[in-house]
Order: sequence, then structure tokens, then C-alpha cells
Amino acid sequence: MKLLQRYLRNPAACFGLLVLLAVIAMAASAPLLFPADPLSLAGRPLQWPLKDPRFWLGTDQTGRDIAAQIFHGARVSLLIGFVATLIAVCIGILIGAFAGYYGGWADNLLMRLTEGFQTLPSFLLLLVLVSVFGSGIATVTLAIGAVSWPATARLTRAEFLTLRNRDFVHSCRSLGMRDLQIIFREILPNALPPVVVYASVVMALAILLESALAFLNLSDPNVASWGNLIGGGRGVLRSQWYVSAIPGIAILLTVLAVSLVGQGLNDALNPRLKRP
Amino acid sequence: MSGPLPFLLSIDALSVALPAGADRGLALNNVSLALAPGEVLCVVGESGSGKSMTAGAVLGLLPDGVRRSAGHILLEGRELTALSEAGLRRIRGARIGMIFQEPMTALNPLRTIGDQIGEVFRTHTRLGKAEIARKVLGLLDDVQIPQPHAAAGAYPHELSGGQRQRAMIAMALALEPSLLIADEPTTALDVTTQAQILRLIRELQRRKGTAVLFITHDFGVVAEIADRIAVMRQGEVVETGPAAEILARPRHPYTQALLAAVPALEPPAPRVVAGDTLLAIDGIGKTYRSGSWLGRGQRQVHALDQVCLTLPRGGALGIVGESGSGKSTLARCLAGLLDPDRGSLRLDDEDLLAGGAARRRRRARRIQMVFQDPFGSLNPRRRVGELVAQGPLIHGEHPLRARQRAAELFELVGLDPSALDRYPHEFSGGQRQRIGLARALALEPDVLVADEPVSALDVSVQAQVLALLDDLRSRTGLSLILITHDLRVAAQVCDRVAVMKDGRVVEQADTAALFGSPRHPYTQALLAAVPGRQAAGLARAAGVSPAAAEPDWAQAGL
Repeated sequence: MKLLQRYLRNPAACFGLLVLLAVIAMAASAPLLFPADPLSLAGRPLQWPLKDPRFWLGTDQTGRDIAAQIFHGARVSLLIGFVATLIAVCIGILIGAFAGYYGGWADNLLMRLTEGFQTLPSFLLLLVLVSVFGSGIATVTLAIGAVSWPATARLTRAEFLTLRNRDFVHSCRSLGMRDLQIIFREILPNALPPVVVYASVVMALAILLESALAFLNLSDPNVASWGNLIGGGRGVLRSQWYVSAIPGIAILLTVLAVSLVGQGLNDALNPRLKRP
Repeated sequence: MSGPLPFLLSIDALSVALPAGADRGLALNNVSLALAPGEVLCVVGESGSGKSMTAGAVLGLLPDGVRRSAGHILLEGRELTALSEAGLRRIRGARIGMIFQEPMTALNPLRTIGDQIGEVFRTHTRLGKAEIARKVLGLLDDVQIPQPHAAAGAYPHELSGGQRQRAMIAMALALEPSLLIADEPTTALDVTTQAQILRLIRELQRRKGTAVLFITHDFGVVAEIADRIAVMRQGEVVETGPAAEILARPRHPYTQALLAAVPALEPPAPRVVAGDTLLAIDGIGKTYRSGSWLGRGQRQVHALDQVCLTLPRGGALGIVGESGSGKSTLARCLAGLLDPDRGSLRLDDEDLLAGGAARRRRRARRIQMVFQDPFGSLNPRRRVGELVAQGPLIHGEHPLRARQRAAELFELVGLDPSALDRYPHEFSGGQRQRIGLARALALEPDVLVADEPVSALDVSVQAQVLALLDDLRSRTGLSLILITHDLRVAAQVCDRVAVMKDGRVVEQADTAALFGSPRHPYTQALLAAVPGRQAAGLARAAGVSPAAAEPDWAQAGL
């Protein structure tokens, strides 16, 4: 409760939370407001927004309703964001926890692996994965998760390195507790807050990665995602710029909202870092 | 004020307000103190008594959100509270010198000692380079640092704790201030080093006529150095007076309780123990290697070297030593947290170092450990009931039975069983140490290893926890290994004491014999360095008993 109070005292964080809730509401209401397939032909192509009351955000170059695609796209972006983040954070926590707790050669091995992933630009790696395994929505999500974990792993490892020498961990060891239980039930809850905060950054990046893939026409073309809409509008960018600009703004606001929420969580969890 | 000033520093009805929402409204309530030139005034109190806040108020260095609400502070007749920040800066360092508890954090790690002492002159005077260098060497010589030339060119991490504190004193005295404020300057130091530093402060203070405001929690230190004493509790001065008088005839009940809680350096009456050996430590060794793995610049530290000790069933063995003596390494080896490189550990007839991880986990319950830091040794995210029940649960106890056992243990260590569902941060330091004890006892161990169990606690709480340990021993037949740096603590609880230095046991004997006629020169030096050897005796002569101190759970309202 105190956490919530501290969080709500921060206006930027409240704004982020409101925008994020709005995006979630859009995703939830999409099938009710736009029951038809958002990728089906709806009307005359390239109508400007606010011209036709039926298409208040206009239509794209193939005559699909942009508003419907934005609403349905929110579902895809959030889904990819959540699932890819979950995958990345899980891999990161596993690798970071084992590296940090055991140290020695296990740490060496796992950290060299992490560095290997970190030195490759994650987008290039993503392109390779997608071109090898195809571009279905599930593959894309998995691939984004698989390239986004290294920073989480490093963060978790750093937390574990300081926590593993604390007396409460020694005390659990002297009770005869198993390593796995110490790692996941005793240390991890104490190491989690910064990782949760960082997950918001991972989520923002995941949404951006998917949009970038779609912009290059490498994402799943059979789903209405914001990236696909931008990619499709690329051809008419100079005359009908709104086709790309509207989903662009949606992505911008969502990513901003997610990182504001993360920042707000960070400030609320570490009240001493921030002096009024 | 008119006429010649009798006092160098006078604090007059000073009140300091804490920000709203703190545990009390005023950090200092109507505090009046006076310090004559050339006098040592000791401000004594337990944690939270406001003694450090008093020093902060004099220096104009109060924490954020804390402000002076009433009263005056006069230094040499000048009203300090009326000065601007710039005016205060001119006074700090020049008229008031400061020494802190931990010299490592007060020194800049990236600059040499000589450079940092010279900084004082560069800021406050217009002396030339050569003159400053000469003065710095003179100061380092004054504080008796060995090889002042080398020390001036050294970085803080290259000096020992005692030498760093000497450098801090040199810095504080550089401009010959009329007042020196020392905030627990010897608390982080070993007992022999502490004795040297106290002697040094006393000597310099006499020679230069500096007045000293000395803040400490330790009545032993007070007895060594004070001319006058002010006892503080919860932001109020409860008693002031000449040192000899307060130590011999304390009037306020709180002062009496504090003095009574200082452990005496007299061993308890020896008790009869069964005699057969329970734990045998034979030739244990542990060596740490540092440096590159190619062998260049490799350093070896023998943390433990051929340590042989035995613990009789039902006995209490004290292991005493200064920092770096290897006593904590030994504790960790016993509790199975570290593997020794050499030697053997036998409990009854079981070899504690044999077998795989699973077997050793099962055996863990026979030797349990209590840790030093009552704040760090309990997982902050678990309820205390869970923490106590955890051990039995791991070893296959039924959850309901484990919880019932936790409640019994809470009762045993003097805590209210209805507090089982609280989190560790809701308890005081002494209470947490009791929880740590309950957690260790939950597995019904044969041997309890207590690593500095009371060194993080206030002295009145210390006495209670030690009494509890003693009580548990006689009630449950527990065998105890007590690791401590404080001979007074060992004297209270242990039948037998071993003294460690540089990883070796230099002397072991029955407590009475060791304290009565120490044979090894190091033991003699340790005993001689214990501060305030007379103080405790004085209080006892005044007929004050430790029972006057309230139990700490009663204060916290559990």
C-alpha cells in the first residue's frame, strides 16, 4: 500500500500508468468495437482521417480501416511485449542467478556466453533467427525473447554477487538448505525489485524490435500489428504520411508509457534515492 | 554572557526537531552542556540517544529535514547558530577539529595521506608548499605514525585501521583547534589499537590544551579518558558530573543500569562439565591465495594454521582474538560454510568433513551458528515464524509441528509467541539476535557456534543476550563455542578460553586461570588493553545489579 502511495505521488509515473491502461483497454475492446477482421477490405483506399465518419482514422493503401488495425495491433504489440519480456527475464534470471551464486568457472562460462550475445547487435541476431526459423508470430516473439536477456542476466548476477555473502544466506546454508531452495526462495525475492524495474525497459525494446521487423516486412504479415501498418505505409510516406504516422504515435506512446511506469516503480521501490 | 568566559563551548537548552513521521518529535530535547578549555567531556548513550546529533548540531551538520528548533550554541563566546554556512565552514576545521568512527570512509581513497592533511593548510592558510610539507611531517610525527615520511606518501588503503585513525587525528589537529569532536573514534578498532589511540588523544589533548567532546557508547572508554561525563537517553541529558563521581556513585537509575551492564572482567565460578570430548578440532588449516593465477605477485594468507581445540560436552569455549586472527574463519569451518584445507573435525565419533553434499546437509543440524549482524542474518522478506520453522521443515518436520515448535522456541528465548507473524524489521537488534538464536536452536543442535553474537548490540541489551545464552546452556545442556573480540564477553560465559593471533591459538586455559595469570605476552597485552578495568568494579561496589536494566522486549512494547 505504501508502495502504491509513493508511486501515485509521481505525476510522470501516473501519466505512464494511464496511457498504459488506455492501451490495454484498446486491446481489450478491439473485438467489440471492430468485430470484423482488421485485415479485410473495408472501403476506398487512402482516405484521410476524419473525412468519412465510418473510418475516423482513414484507410490505408489497400483500403483497410486504420482504426481497426490500431486497436487490434495493440493486442499484438502488448502480447509480444509481455511474452517476449517474460521469456527474456526468465532466461536472464536463470543465467544470472546461477552465475552469481556459484561464481568460479560456472560464472566464467555463463558470463562469456552473455558477452557473446551482448557484442552482437541484438537486431542483427533477430534478423538471422527470423530468416532461419520463419516469421510466424510465435517465432518472432520467441526470437525477440531470445535476444533480449543478456542485460537482465548481468543485473541479476550483480544482485546475487552482493546477496550471496550476506549472513542470512550463510544462515540458510548452515541449516542445511539445498542450493536451489536458497537461490530461488531465499535470494531471488531480495534480488527481484531492480530486475522487475528493468523488465519495463526490456518490454519497451521488445515492442520496438517487433515494429522494426515489421517495417522491413519480416514480421508475420497475417496479423494486424502496428509495425506492419508502418511497413505498409512506407510506399505512400510522402503523400499519405498519416498511414505511417498514426501507428508510429501509438508505438511512441506505448513505449513511453512502459518506461515511465518502470521509472516510477524504481523510484517507489527505492524511496531513499530520490530526495524531494 | 558577560565577563571572562569560563566555558569554551556551551550548549544551552538546545532542541532539535525531527521531520514529521519519525519515531519521536525531538531528536534533542532541552540539552545543556558546557565544556571548559582543556577538558574532556564524554557524552555517553546507547544507539538513538542523540549523542551524535549533538555533535552534528555543534558543527552545523544536521541531516536533511532535521533542524534546530530552540536553544543556543556558543563557541568561545560566538553564537554558532547565528552563523551563515560560509561562517560555519571557516570555523569547522580551524576552530573545531573532527574525528569519525570509520577513518576509511572519511578519507579520500584516491589521494595520499600527506596530500589530504596538506589540504587543511591550503584551505585555511596561505603557507607555502615547503612549509606545508614540513608541518604535515611534524603532525604525523606528533600522532606517532611509524615512518612519517612513508605514511605521508601512502594511500589510505595502505595503512592499518589504527594508522588511518592516527592520520585523521593529525588532520583534525592540524590548525590547532580549541575544540576536538570525536564521534566513536575507537569503536571500529581492535582493543589493543583502541588503547593506543585513547592514550594518544589524551596525551595530545594535555600537551596542546585542546578541549575534547568525546562521543561513545562504551563506559570502559569513558573511564579511560573522561574528565566529565554527560549521560544521554532518548535526546535528553539524564546526568552530568565529574567522571570519578559518576563512575563511583551514579545517581540516575539509567546511569546505574548502564554501568551495571558493563561486563566485569572476572570469570564466573567454574561449573562442572561432564568431561568427555564432544567436538575435537585437530590441526585445522586454511590458506587463502590471492594475486594472478600465473603465480606472479601471489600472496598467501594463513587464516588458520594448525588449530587444535576440544570442546567438552556441555562446556563453553571462548575463542578470543582481534580482527584478522582467523576466529571467524574457524567459526565458518565449524558450521560447514567453509572447507578447511587440512586437519580434521570430529563430533562424537563422526567425521564432519567426510561425505557428499547430501550427507553433510543432514549433519548440519548438529552444529548450528548464530551470526554477528542481527540485521543481515535474517531474510527481510520472511516472517520471523517462518524463519524459525525453516530448519525443521528442511529436515522433514510436519509444518504444523514446526510452527508449534517455533512458538515454544520464542518463549524459550524470551520473545512473545504472538509476534511470529511479524517481519524482522519490526524488531530491535536485541530481539533479532534472540530470533537468530531461536532459529539455530530449532534444529536441536549439539553445538552452538556464536560468532560475535553481541558486538552489534547496545551494552544493556548485550548483558541480556549473554545472560540468555548462559541460561540456555544450563537449561538445555547445550555446548557453546563463543567467538568474540571482547575479553569481557568471554569472561562472562565461557569455562575455557582460547586466544588466537594470526591464525594460531597462542594460549588456551580455563577462564579463571587465563584471566588470573596469563602466560603468553599477547594475552597479557590484550588483558592490559581492555578499557576501563576499574569502572565495572566501581559500579558493583556501589551495589547496582544488572537486573535494574529492563528487558528490551518490554521497551518495544511487544
